[in-house]
Amino acid sequence: MNTASVSLGTSVSSQSRFMQLALAALLGTFIIGFVGFSHIDAVHNAGHDNRHSMAFPCH
Amino acid sequence: MNLFRNVVFIAAIAGLVAGVVLACMQAYATVPLILKAEVYEQAEGGHSHDHAAAPADTASGNAMSSAAPAASNAMSAATPAPAATAAPAEDEGWAPADGFERFAFNVVSNVVTGIGFALILVAVSEFAGGIGNWRQGVFWGLAGFAIFTLAPGLGLPPELPAMPAADLTQRQIWWVATVIATAIGLGLIAFRKSLPLAILAVALIVAPHIVGAPQPDSFETPIPEGLHHQFVVAVTLTNLVFWLVLGAVAGVVRGRFTGTATSLRDSFA
Repeated sequence: MNTASVSLGTSVSSQSRFMQLALAALLGTFIIGFVGFSHIDAVHNAGHDNRHSMAFPCH
Repeated sequence: MNLFRNVVFIAAIAGLVAGVVLACMQAYATVPLILKAEVYEQAEGGHSHDHAAAPADTASGNAMSSAAPAASNAMSAATPAPAATAAPAEDEGWAPADGFERFAFNVVSNVVTGIGFALILVAVSEFAGGIGNWRQGVFWGLAGFAIFTLAPGLGLPPELPAMPAADLTQRQIWWVATVIATAIGLGLIAFRKSLPLAILAVALIVAPHIVGAPQPDSFETPIPEGLHHQFVVAVTLTNLVFWLVLGAVAGVVRGRFTGTATSLRDSFA
């Protein structure tokens, strides 16, 4: 398993690596939650066609 | 935060490209069907998004539907409405005007959605060694498609406006639970070489569908079956292409980082 040589940011420690990747995934989750799942009307209306076309639960 | 910044950079480019591609596909494949459905929606007088105020779309059929709402509104208020129309008046509030503004907002929300999915895809794939090239990206994209489109779409098929649906929050909970269970299941199959874990994986993937997605009280809808079927096919295929592009671009951009000399990679720090 010599994957370290082809990984991004190999210089960071494994704990820091885990935290940074988890943070990135968390950020992505928040973005999806806001665009696709927010109950705020203006957000819903702005992304309306996108929500339907991504098959997010809507209405 | 070198790694974090690289992940965000890759995700931003992949999300931008895939989001623009998706928005262009939607403009031809799904949005026309949504507009057709809104004509039925407004004719029915139920939940409406109030796009009628916009100038661009008036020729396409709003004129024909404008007569109906007043009468049927009173009716639907009196009868026990199905879950979809019983939702609080969502049509209050700001909405983009039809035409270019609506298209522009759709592009923006597609790009933002794309970046969000790309962040999750790139971050998770880094745990498994990273997306090495565009071909690996295509397979990661297939996994994303299966997790975020196929699995939840089985229980909750893509809906058109005016289609009946169960309580929104319950559907969102089922959607999220299905995505998580499917993701863990696929991950176990792909990265654990153990038969019991593979069996557990299959159970995880199947379980949400045995529990079943929240269903509406009534399936009555003014939307023709054919229109909905067309929409389901269009949504599934456009999302497939979106995920393949997202994964492939992430693989290509990541290759630019790792393919270059170490010194250059560290110079991003």
